[in-house]
Amino acid sequence: MADKSSSNAYWAANIRLIRLCLIIWALVSFGFGILLRPMLSGIAVGGTDLGFWFAQQGSILVFLVLIFFYAARMNKLDREYGVEE
Amino acid sequence: MDQFTLNLIVVGATFLLYIGIAIWARAGSTSEFYAAGRGVHPITNGMATAADWMSAASFISMAGLIAFLGYDASAYLMGWTGGYVLLALMLAPYLRKFGKYTVPEFIGDRFYSPTARMVAVVCLIVASVTYVIGQMTGVGVAFSRFLEVDNATGLYIGAGIVFLYAVLGGMKGITYTQVAQYVVLIIAYTIPAVFISLQLTGNPIPALGLFSEAKATGEPVLTTLNGMLADLGFQSYTEQHDTTLNMFLFTVSLMIGTAGLPHVIVRFFTVPKVADARYSAGWALVFIALLYLTAPAVGAMARMNLIATFYPNGTTGEAVALSDIQSNENLDWVRNWEKTGLLKFEDKNGDGRIQYVADADANELTVNRDIMVLANPEIANLPGWVIALVAAGGLAAALSTAAGLLLAISSAISHDLIKGQLNPNISERGELLAARISMAVAIAVATYLGLNPPGFAAQTVALAFGIAAASLFPALMMGIFVKRINNKGAVAGMLAGLIVTLVYIFLHKGWFFLPGTNSFSDSDPLLLSIKSTSFGSIGALINFIVAYVVSNATEEPPEEIQELVESIRIPKGAGAATAH
Repeated sequence: MADKSSSNAYWAANIRLIRLCLIIWALVSFGFGILLRPMLSGIAVGGTDLGFWFAQQGSILVFLVLIFFYAARMNKLDREYGVEE
Repeated sequence: MDQFTLNLIVVGATFLLYIGIAIWARAGSTSEFYAAGRGVHPITNGMATAADWMSAASFISMAGLIAFLGYDASAYLMGWTGGYVLLALMLAPYLRKFGKYTVPEFIGDRFYSPTARMVAVVCLIVASVTYVIGQMTGVGVAFSRFLEVDNATGLYIGAGIVFLYAVLGGMKGITYTQVAQYVVLIIAYTIPAVFISLQLTGNPIPALGLFSEAKATGEPVLTTLNGMLADLGFQSYTEQHDTTLNMFLFTVSLMIGTAGLPHVIVRFFTVPKVADARYSAGWALVFIALLYLTAPAVGAMARMNLIATFYPNGTTGEAVALSDIQSNENLDWVRNWEKTGLLKFEDKNGDGRIQYVADADANELTVNRDIMVLANPEIANLPGWVIALVAAGGLAAALSTAAGLLLAISSAISHDLIKGQLNPNISERGELLAARISMAVAIAVATYLGLNPPGFAAQTVALAFGIAAASLFPALMMGIFVKRINNKGAVAGMLAGLIVTLVYIFLHKGWFFLPGTNSFSDSDPLLLSIKSTSFGSIGALINFIVAYVVSNATEEPPEEIQELVESIRIPKGAGAATAH
């Protein structure tokens, strides 16, 4: 294993990245799709409102972007800290 | 050629393809049986994961629920895709680094306790068997329609085929067959959706068609649908009718259940590297999203077409004549589905017409929600080959998931329970035999309960997610992210989450899902507005709290376990998987 302080820093960077991704994850699904839908009701999208679109389309698209973003950033982080396979 | 023969040819051809692949890649050793020798590319693995994941619940049942529930069914869409974010960020890479074959193995090692491993085996079996019940419901619907027999007969035939199929191959057989099944099911799902979207809106992409104008009215599709529903007294499609509390908890439960279901997690044991495990979850979601972005359009458009069929002159005009249903060849599908017992009509008021309205006393048509996707191309009068293709796709979805689940159940019993606990000296042959016997028992139980299922296919499957969410997900997550959780905390947490959730489900759905033994119903649940399908998130919360409190009240995990946690957090040094 790499030395202790370096692997702690790697893990802390990973946790920060996970936290950022999960905030966006929750915002588009639980936020825009459910809890904040009444606040978005003024924005019309094809016969309904933006909250409905996020609940049935938008959240899924954002999930996709998040996973690939995380995977790319982590693979870069692996190399920076020299912990890649 | 008549539709029945066409169905047989198309379904038969796809089956030959799957069985051919299964024989070609037949599992020889135990390691091939469980994990395909770890040589699977992330994109291939993603496609197989997508087929494994998208079951009868996604293919056959979900759009039907969306068709009748509208916005409220969004929980299924967000829940069953959002869980992949959790998988990719919080579980898959670390479990791959850990490098064992099964989920209970990880839990047993991380919590240095054979008891923890056995509790995980129990959680896994309860969740997976519940899931298989939902699959059997879907298999019954699909087989009864395409063989034109009643629902129970369709279920028995389907169970036999699932058994033969699952016993033939291990994971390797399954990985490559599942790639073929993915291709069949995604084509079968999208082709009719494209046709219907073109018919109704002129837009070939269903996900865009849903938000564009309907040709017939010049108004947006959803506005048109809301208008039709209002004419007949049904609730609005786009408004929320469920409570916000229940919808929130239901979505949470489906998301964390997705990340806790063992048959999906084991998929990530089969990629070569940790970096691949991260991308594999992303590729799986790409292939899943192709269906999930289409499903909302399928639901809304199927509901429109269903109403239009029964009100050929518009919802303000006369309903369809009974004589038309009995003889008009465009309405063959109504008579065909009537044979399965899943669609019923009765001219209660004797006016020679079949009214489809919200008022239960005046309504003369009942449609099982699980038939909507399979009936969709027939309702829209699409060509015969499209109808046959959808039948083949529905069966591919149900078969691939049932096989993956049966593999997870059988490996938990033969590998974790028998080899890991009862008889460590069992021969490879004995282990494979035990695996096959446990598959047979699981199918028999699921078929029996599938005759009187606790809900529509997707709802039964949602219960399985609740169980996985409450029992396995918290243990896995804390095992990686919280070093302080010890053996006692994990065991107490899993048991608390599992038991509380199961009791809540059984109180609403009947003890062991036996009909008539329930004390509450989901329309008037025990706690606030929390339905039994949503309770998994409460169970998970209880699991987290119990595990945390018990761990902090007892001793720290030993030094070597803390080092184990350190090592799985770092990709470096991941070798091939090893068995115990």
